[in-house]
Amino acid sequence: MTAAEPVLRRTPLHARHVAAGAKLVPFAGWEMPVQYAGIRAEHLAVREHAGIFDVSHMGEVETRGAGALAFLQRVLSNDVAKIAVGGAQYGVLCRADGGVLDDLFTYRLGEDRYLTVTNAANHARDLAWLERQAQAFDDVELIDRHADYAMLAVQGPAARAIVGALAGGDELPARFRTAELMLAGAPALVCGTGYTGEDGVELLLAPADASTVWDAVVAGGAVPTGLAARDTLRLEVCFHLYGNDLTEERGPIEAGLGWCCKEATGFIGAEAVAAARAAGPSELLAPFAFTGPGIPRQGNAVLGGGVVTSGTLSPSLGVGIGMAYVPVERAAPGTELEIDVRGKLRPAVVKDKPLYRKGA
Amino acid sequence: MADQHYPQDLLYHPEHDWVKIDGDVATFGVTWFAQDSLGEIVFFDPPAVGAKVTQGDSYAEVESVKAVSDVIAPLSGEIVEVNEALSDSPEKVNDDPYGEGWMVKVRLSDPAERDSLLDPDTYTADLG
Repeated sequence: MTAAEPVLRRTPLHARHVAAGAKLVPFAGWEMPVQYAGIRAEHLAVREHAGIFDVSHMGEVETRGAGALAFLQRVLSNDVAKIAVGGAQYGVLCRADGGVLDDLFTYRLGEDRYLTVTNAANHARDLAWLERQAQAFDDVELIDRHADYAMLAVQGPAARAIVGALAGGDELPARFRTAELMLAGAPALVCGTGYTGEDGVELLLAPADASTVWDAVVAGGAVPTGLAARDTLRLEVCFHLYGNDLTEERGPIEAGLGWCCKEATGFIGAEAVAAARAAGPSELLAPFAFTGPGIPRQGNAVLGGGVVTSGTLSPSLGVGIGMAYVPVERAAPGTELEIDVRGKLRPAVVKDKPLYRKGA
Repeated sequence: MADQHYPQDLLYHPEHDWVKIDGDVATFGVTWFAQDSLGEIVFFDPPAVGAKVTQGDSYAEVESVKAVSDVIAPLSGEIVEVNEALSDSPEKVNDDPYGEGWMVKVRLSDPAERDSLLDPDTYTADLG
């Protein structure tokens, strides 16, 4: 007998990752591929051609019923009424004080059917929060769909052509749209979304079909890409990572997410967000790049106030990049910063979003 | 990336460093196991020439995309040379950990410390 160890959940593609030589690591309770051939090669493959990611650790919550819209409008920060059937929308889930519980995409699958994708580490907490809030609404049914879906992301300039070739002549959905299609013989919810700054799609599949679709996309030329490259890709284009750049202690205004908060909808936290918007935040999340050597890391202090929430070496740019909460007067692009990287002050400059732009 | 190997003519420290001793000067680097565990090395932060290093203490940092790691001195002494080529090409540590990926040369202050180092068979046996 062996001692009890925490049991990591495995995605339906676990055998594929092992066969591909992935380095598997624990992530939010899941055993996930952090890299295959190498972070840099995978990152550049997505920028230049196409990569495929297993993101089945991400959770899904279905909301349905005649009261679904009114309920989602109450919990999500964005104007859910603006999502057409077959549409997609980004928003945040806030506490009453405006602290961010999660950031998530919601897809409208039907007149009264929505699917919301959660971050793996937050799924159980989100679900409990949503169930508690739903008690105040009639005709709302919440269904935990985490075990019902595998999720793949296919991203990069060639991603649509590769996935499109499996769709039997059907058109893939446009950006921020969804479509239910057959891919390589498997029913798939295809979403024109992603987390890399590249064109591409995300695929929600029955777990039993995941390997078939994975194999077909890889055969089409997409490179298996791990969570490490997913992180460098998203940071280059300044997409937030929950747990780093977003936490319960930070509000959406200081995080630069005021654009997806529509206080007029009366969502939970709207009053706090409106107050923060009116008063102006004392700190702002600012993207920056190093002007010399070094690599910023989460937790590094910014001289004169502030803290790095995400940092890495940008494979596309070849310099240290990151995002940091800094005093608002020092958040403007062009502002010079000094960042304390384990005792060495490294010069940096605040940049416009995104840090990486195709062809720039 | 290089294939796994541990040259017979080097001595090893359990913190995954190798040492090549030539008179009272030693060359330090990290082992194949170390570079493989770190992944692609993207930054080498060298010590200054003239700095004192102490056996078992950190003398430099290497960073992969995801993480920072201290490099532990296998012997004590004073830095007499650093591998400047690693500033521009830190991936040499992955490509050639016992050759072009060397890190520093150190004038030894306590040559008797070498008795605490491991031969390759003992070092690799401990890698499990």
